[in-house]
Amino acid sequence: MPNSSGYRAVVSARNLTKRFGDFTAVDGISFEIPAGESFGLLGPNGAGKSTIMRMLGGVSRRTSGELEVMGLDPERQGPEVRAHLGVVPQQDNLDEELRVRDNLIIYGRYFGLPMSYLRPKSAELLEFAQLGDKAGARIGELSGGMKRRLTIARSLINDPGILLLDEPTTGLDPQARHVLWDRLFRLKERGTTLVLTTHYMDEAEQLCDRLIVVDRGRIMAGGSPAELIRAHSSREVLELRFGAGRNASAAGALAGLGERIEVLPDRILVYADDGEAVLGQAVARGLEPATSLVRRSSLEDVFLRLTGRSLID
Amino acid sequence: MTERSGDARPQRPAPAPLRPPSAAASAARARRWGTWYVAEHKLRGMRGYLGVIIAYSIGSPLMYLFAMGVGLASLVDSTSGARAFGGVTYLQFIVPALLVSTAVMAASEEFSYPVMSGFKWRRTYYGPLASPISPQQICQGHALAVAVRLLAQSVAYQAIVIAFGATGTRGWASPLVAVLAGLAFGLPMMAYAASIREDRGQFALVQRFVVVPLFLFSGTFFPLSTLPWFLQWIGWASPVWHATELGRVLGYGHVEPAWLSGLHLAYLLLLAGAGLLAARRTYARRLEA
Repeated sequence: MPNSSGYRAVVSARNLTKRFGDFTAVDGISFEIPAGESFGLLGPNGAGKSTIMRMLGGVSRRTSGELEVMGLDPERQGPEVRAHLGVVPQQDNLDEELRVRDNLIIYGRYFGLPMSYLRPKSAELLEFAQLGDKAGARIGELSGGMKRRLTIARSLINDPGILLLDEPTTGLDPQARHVLWDRLFRLKERGTTLVLTTHYMDEAEQLCDRLIVVDRGRIMAGGSPAELIRAHSSREVLELRFGAGRNASAAGALAGLGERIEVLPDRILVYADDGEAVLGQAVARGLEPATSLVRRSSLEDVFLRLTGRSLID
Repeated sequence: MTERSGDARPQRPAPAPLRPPSAAASAARARRWGTWYVAEHKLRGMRGYLGVIIAYSIGSPLMYLFAMGVGLASLVDSTSGARAFGGVTYLQFIVPALLVSTAVMAASEEFSYPVMSGFKWRRTYYGPLASPISPQQICQGHALAVAVRLLAQSVAYQAIVIAFGATGTRGWASPLVAVLAGLAFGLPMMAYAASIREDRGQFALVQRFVVVPLFLFSGTFFPLSTLPWFLQWIGWASPVWHATELGRVLGYGHVEPAWLSGLHLAYLLLLAGAGLLAARRTYARRLEA
């Protein structure tokens, strides 16, 4: 449905709130996702990201606020909304009693899809997930990355307009993550709307056109990864390590350098537009860090700035 | 990394994109047939342990029949005669009881660990939950698949005992009673299983202190009236007893007042119906938190 700014929002949330007893998991969140966008919810564990995802699919009832997915209310029209969605849950729930291909076919049956569609479609999706030669394999024979790709293939069986991915690469090794990102990137190119939660800043930077940073059920900031970094961090960061117990005293000696200093348990971060220059100034003050690293600001720094905490505990 | 996706082989013409029916049509089909889809899934899964099902549901009661109905019967029939069992042989007496007991035991298995597995261990309920299927349909589909299994095993058992002349052909409806007994015990069990968050051996306790006593004290191997009065209540509360008595009426014309047969049937329907309602509610609460 076109909204006031003229684009077609496939998801629209206004003051979305979810309480479990005294605990407020989602606290008055508002956002819109236009068709074809890749939208991220970035935040630490327990921020309320998964609860938002469950409300989008109508499998968790909101306490208050408004929510529309494809112009429908997920609570009242759950089956109609879910027929548009593909869902990749945080924990794989493939059926280990069925073979790889049957996991896709049986799942497709839940969407009322006929076998004449499901047979060729499952073959196509197994190719897409690079599992073409595993069609007859048992689930137990697959690696973690393969299971994840199969779960994504399964979520595409109904050709969904919106794909919800909850922590898609958590627990995967770096190579498996890159393969997965590549597949998700192809879906994005085809125009599928991606909504993903992650607590990995590199994942958010790779995949998201736009994201909201969520903490304790509230939106701390929103925008494209580059916008967020520009608005909430310096261009570069100097990371200094002085060894256990010496970071606090070294931080005192660094006072006044750069735009801002963060003291973490294991290292000190100095935010500045020119990290090398600040490192030179620190050495000129007689400081001798055990290690030093100059890098570009990332979403991790944005999160730290906004919440005072890091993304991964 | 080797590239094996379709676009690496341009010589093959791109197939027309496969388009599913519209989302609205998909949702409408799921609303209408969802329970059957869930049952289809579960029945396909059961094929994986078909051998165990056959051994457990058909082999085991036949073993009992042979030991009791042939071995023990020669002793029982020669001492107390047919009078003690309402004018039939001991074998005829226990054929309907074993049919019902086996169905109830199979139900107690299918409505315990697999339910816990769906919610917790393998989380298989959460797959369909993300599709147009509702939690109530997930519950009903699981129950329907078990009912199909119970019907299949009961028909097979009945066919075998008829073939060996252990009962007459008039007992053709007995498998339906066995299925009803399985659901009357199993659906309340399903509601209970769905409410369990942590497995602390509850199912083993139910097996030992509910299922086995029901098997022994429900008029299975001797008429309920031969038990002391303070144990007879177990039978009256037991779906196994009510179904067994119905099975005896159907199987060899056991004589009892029509109202009592009606009461057996009503009691079984009541337990199954109440169990289904409770299970549906528990599934919805747990899956739609």
